[in-house]
Amino acid sequence: MNAIPETGTAGFLARYAALRGRLPGDSTFRAAAADAFRTLGLPGATRGRRAEAWKYTTLQPLGGMSFAPAGPPRGAIVPEGERGAAETPRLVFSGGQFREDLSTPVPGFARFADQPDFGELSWPDRDPMVALNTMLAEDGAVLTIPADHDAGVILLIHNSVNGTSAHPRHMIRLEHGACLTLVELSSGEGCYVHNPVTEIHVADAATLTHVRVQTDSTDAFHLATIYAAVATGGTYDSFTLNVGGRIARTEIHTALNGAGAVAHLNGAQLLTGSQHADFTSVVRHAAPKGTSRQTIKNVLAERSRGVFQGRIEVARGAQGTDGYQMNRALLLSPDAEIDTKPELEIFADDVKCSHGATVGELDADQLFYLRSRGIPDQEARSILVRAFLAEALDPVTNEMARGLLEDAVARWWEGQAA
Amino acid sequence: MLVISELSASIADKPILKGINLEVPAGEIHAIMGPNGSGKSTLGYVLAGREEYVVTGGTVTFDGQDMLTMTPEARAASGLFLAFQSPIELPGVNNANFIRTALNAVRRAHGESELDAVQFLKLARAELKRLAMPDDMLKRNVNVGFSGGEKKRNEVLQMALLRPRFAVLDETDSGLDIDALKIVADGVNALRGPAFSALVITHHQRLLDHLVPNRVHVLAGGRIVRSGGPELAKELEKNGYGAMLAEAA
Repeated sequence: MNAIPETGTAGFLARYAALRGRLPGDSTFRAAAADAFRTLGLPGATRGRRAEAWKYTTLQPLGGMSFAPAGPPRGAIVPEGERGAAETPRLVFSGGQFREDLSTPVPGFARFADQPDFGELSWPDRDPMVALNTMLAEDGAVLTIPADHDAGVILLIHNSVNGTSAHPRHMIRLEHGACLTLVELSSGEGCYVHNPVTEIHVADAATLTHVRVQTDSTDAFHLATIYAAVATGGTYDSFTLNVGGRIARTEIHTALNGAGAVAHLNGAQLLTGSQHADFTSVVRHAAPKGTSRQTIKNVLAERSRGVFQGRIEVARGAQGTDGYQMNRALLLSPDAEIDTKPELEIFADDVKCSHGATVGELDADQLFYLRSRGIPDQEARSILVRAFLAEALDPVTNEMARGLLEDAVARWWEGQAA
Repeated sequence: MLVISELSASIADKPILKGINLEVPAGEIHAIMGPNGSGKSTLGYVLAGREEYVVTGGTVTFDGQDMLTMTPEARAASGLFLAFQSPIELPGVNNANFIRTALNAVRRAHGESELDAVQFLKLARAELKRLAMPDDMLKRNVNVGFSGGEKKRNEVLQMALLRPRFAVLDETDSGLDIDALKIVADGVNALRGPAFSALVITHHQRLLDHLVPNRVHVLAGGRIVRSGGPELAKELEKNGYGAMLAEAA
């Protein structure tokens, strides 16, 4: 055995080499992903060219670290603050492994470990974090909602363990006319990697509301990729809150494949210290009369850095497309930074696409208005930041999901005020 | 009560106020009239403590206290209120919470106990009724989606609840129909008494029919060029500023 564990890309590859015979699913697909990961490496951690998709985010700190698999489940960890969530069906994962003891029965659910399904939307040969996941995925949620069934709300909870890396692989399928609100919670303690890949299929007239509450440890690396395909008249309505993570990357690829399909990729990022959060999205309008809406709001304190990269592709023939993206940032410190990269690629002529960005400090008129009414400066600032955040949560209408988001936002803001 | 002496102020190095002298005794309402760009709104902002306006000379005392060294919130706590010409929208801030926070901040500054949500709503609903305003004004976000008239009425509501000792109304009448105008005037008249004064900045005689001032001052080029009784407003309405400014020059 090697006395010194290998780190970074080599460390993950060594783990694959040790585990490969025992990993579920298509071993050829995994082997190809391992080859891709060997070639692509951790973005920014290996010398040489920098991929455009990772223009503002480097995983260089991971280069010198090594992580173990989570091993057998320990401790009964259920995240706190689940306002109104006690009765909600839940799928709990710890360190990437399904925890049956903490979960409730969910119809249509299978473990990836039992029914491995890599799907057909992912690009391990192009996206290095997807290659890493494909190479090492051991478990995950494979969930199918049958046609015309309203599955209500399901919680997908992931808890991470210090010193480990987890690479869960989730597959969510909504059949014709099905309906689901999936609320995903990601948290943990210490330094770890949470690297989920989620593939989503929304069939004709189905609606998936996907609320993601990322409150990982500020020493952790949250590297999530989502691929969603939406068929005719279907809706993928997602909201991501990034509060945790030393480095957090949310990458969402959405293909509107059927006429009149809808995608909402909204989010908020609240960062402080030297946190870095990157929200990267690609929306492909492949069919006519699709609608995409994205509003990302960032509140950046201290030396934190927020990134939004949004790309809208309109294919030839996708007439009547309506695309909109907006990145707003409130900088609470002169050392905070926001980077915005919108991209439009349009091959149809009857299209409405717009994008915008605002960066600012608190509005001087609003601040003066509050103070002129007797409200002290600090309190007035707090009111305006909370208002900015409250607005960011507006797209989320599910009461329980909204409660979880509000709790996370309130905890963050209390941490700032302290 | 309020004594302004040789007050000069500029914004971005451009002088706007050029030596204002004005005294508003307790219990009196004074009107400030004048052409566009004469410095009327600047005077309101300087009194309320807007930091972008730099005071380059003169003094303002409020009950003998030097007001120019005070923060905007301290001025409000000491009883000053500015009704904005263009009230600011606060998306994401509930109007009732906003006014209650303001009222409690002022109450704290006076060593009074804070009002809880129930106590506040009772008080606010009573004021709304008195001012013939709809209840839903409290439920909405501050000034967001309000019509021009609703914004002005919301200023009057805040004034009614904060009960200032000195109010500056910056063209609160502009853009209002006659009913709304009456609401504004009623709001001020309700506060009228020996311990309340106001400075009413206006373009029009209209408001002064409902809110009869003790004195009228004409501001032009950053100075008060003429002062008189309520009849001065009527004279301006009839003859315009031109004749008077030529006379003053």
